[in-house]
Amino acid sequence: MMDAGSASNAKSQSRCPLKDQLLQKRNSRENLDRFIPNRSAMDFDYAHYMLTERKGKENPTSASPSREAYRKQLAETFNMNRTRILTFKNKPPVLVELLPHDFTSAQPSKAAKPRRYIPQTSERTLDAPDLVDDYYLNLMDWGSSNVLSIALGNTVYLWDASNGSTSELVTVDDEVGPVTSISWAPDGRHVAVGLNTSEVQLWDSTANRLLRTLKGGHRSRVGSLAWNNHILTTGGMDGHIINNDVRIRSHIVETYRGHTQEVCGLKWSASGQQLASGGNDNLLHIWDRSMTSTSSPTQWLHRLEEHTAAVKALAWCPFQGNLLASGGGGGDRCIKFWNTHTGACLNSVDTGSQVCALLWNKNERELLSSHGFTQNQLTLWKYPSMVKIAELTGHTSRVLFMAQSPDGCTVASAAADETLRFWNVFGVPQVAAKAAPKANPEPFAHINRIR
Amino acid sequence: MASKTVAKDIITLRGSAAIVSEFFGYAANRFGCWGFFFSVSILYNRGVYPEESFAKVKKYGLPMLLTHDEGVKSFIANLTSQLSEWLEAGKLQRVVLVIMSKSSSEVLERWNFSIQTDGEVVEKGVSREKSDKEIMREIQAIMRQIASSITYLPCLDEPCVFDVLAYTDKDVSVPFTWIESDPKLIANPQMVKLHSFDTKIHKVGTLVSYKNDEWDEE
Repeated sequence: MMDAGSASNAKSQSRCPLKDQLLQKRNSRENLDRFIPNRSAMDFDYAHYMLTERKGKENPTSASPSREAYRKQLAETFNMNRTRILTFKNKPPVLVELLPHDFTSAQPSKAAKPRRYIPQTSERTLDAPDLVDDYYLNLMDWGSSNVLSIALGNTVYLWDASNGSTSELVTVDDEVGPVTSISWAPDGRHVAVGLNTSEVQLWDSTANRLLRTLKGGHRSRVGSLAWNNHILTTGGMDGHIINNDVRIRSHIVETYRGHTQEVCGLKWSASGQQLASGGNDNLLHIWDRSMTSTSSPTQWLHRLEEHTAAVKALAWCPFQGNLLASGGGGGDRCIKFWNTHTGACLNSVDTGSQVCALLWNKNERELLSSHGFTQNQLTLWKYPSMVKIAELTGHTSRVLFMAQSPDGCTVASAAADETLRFWNVFGVPQVAAKAAPKANPEPFAHINRIR
Repeated sequence: MASKTVAKDIITLRGSAAIVSEFFGYAANRFGCWGFFFSVSILYNRGVYPEESFAKVKKYGLPMLLTHDEGVKSFIANLTSQLSEWLEAGKLQRVVLVIMSKSSSEVLERWNFSIQTDGEVVEKGVSREKSDKEIMREIQAIMRQIASSITYLPCLDEPCVFDVLAYTDKDVSVPFTWIESDPKLIANPQMVKLHSFDTKIHKVGTLVSYKNDEWDEE
């Protein structure tokens, strides 16, 4: 069961893949804070007041009554052991003035301007040679331990975002490859690798060890993967979706049948209760765990047929549990929003371009989409107005894959132009502590102990 | 409407909190449009949003202002429920509406509403007597003062934005939608104290501080 022959542990920092294209030392001050700074420890106003006060600094006794009252108010204010000062995160709309100087603004949107500075160019660009230009695959994922995994041809690379180092996880044989999908388990340590032969390998990235290979489920390549705790859901070119319990020998616990063509999009909701799947048959299915039955094949909860092209881009809304965004391929080009309890389509927006991937901002009500012909851009939308906040260009061919950093601030995009770009599109982290990986139960803990 | 939640003229803590929180925000479903009008009145009179985005309605026998702007409405609505909660728990010390220059973010005006809660009521849940009518009279007085503030407040002749700060006790539970902030003080301010209003459980004092006009002599 262990296919150790194809494992390779070479650590390579100087090889071409994932090498920086441009070594830009960015001054961190260029990426400005959001409009609302987290500066409760720094009181610029008070400091400014103390430094620039024209009268009273030398002569406290000559202070006027209003100044005295102000001093008192300040003293009160700075009684910080009693008081917290809080402000609501989402800000009221900004009035757009129709004055000449505003027309020079570079922002394309007509409505409220963004509160934060969104860099229009990628922060960093890495080489990604041999990235397979196939719309239906899912070749990149960013794990909770802040390591990005990307499959280039037959090889899976790991890029540690905290120090920029690259390592190779595995290179599979030609008969087995190329790698067709990759997905980190919630623990940020184990990673699933889907293969062209229909097998799925499970790796421990810390020990650099292949733990098991899931076989016998699919009849053709596995292009999509999604984790739900210890369940690894696999989507195949055969149209089947299989729930695999990675802890047990007989790993296939459930099969969802419904798609008639390749399953290219697969995402579990945050609660783990619902699964969204998109296929090359233009269908979007919602599967609900409550509908599992032992006596008959599990029926889908909703079959949504509104898209007119392949549905690959799927993203569950972080602030509204039953809201799903889906994106259609070249013949559809729409982003649609769904209430997954009722199956209703809430909104549909024509983006004008093939939608390859979708990501929600975890901190603001915004959605990021990546596209193909002609602009190959990443578009940031305000939700729910769907006003464009920003369009990020740079890629020279379709932006097939996107992944989000664990702290929710940076987005990595990979395109058929064989580059991997990083964008600080979602902002600067407010609370650094959030970057710490969650302590998720490891699916292979018992195997490690036996050894 | 707050008056429906209380027996005749007796104000319970909940009713009082409702009145006071409406003082700051629009609690769309339960409590009516009260304090929404204070913030809206400030925004209207100070020209933070254009006149056309406001509408006049009659409430409590007074012409009052409503905003058409969905964004402003929902912002204030979102605030209110949280402020109500803190208020009822006796944890809200003050609410500040700041008006800032859009381009420079400099704080130009600061409307400070300090709240004194009768601790006894929070602890024991007793009720006090004061007529709605009287409270309304006090509030009307404040509305008039806000409207007449344009006579002495310096003109805000650049585009402005507003924000709301809540001063709470250290030990409140804070939902993730709220973040810590600096007090956004004005250096060298002028200050004007307005009327306060009192429900016998909460006393709300109003103070506006504003940036000195350059040409003012101290």
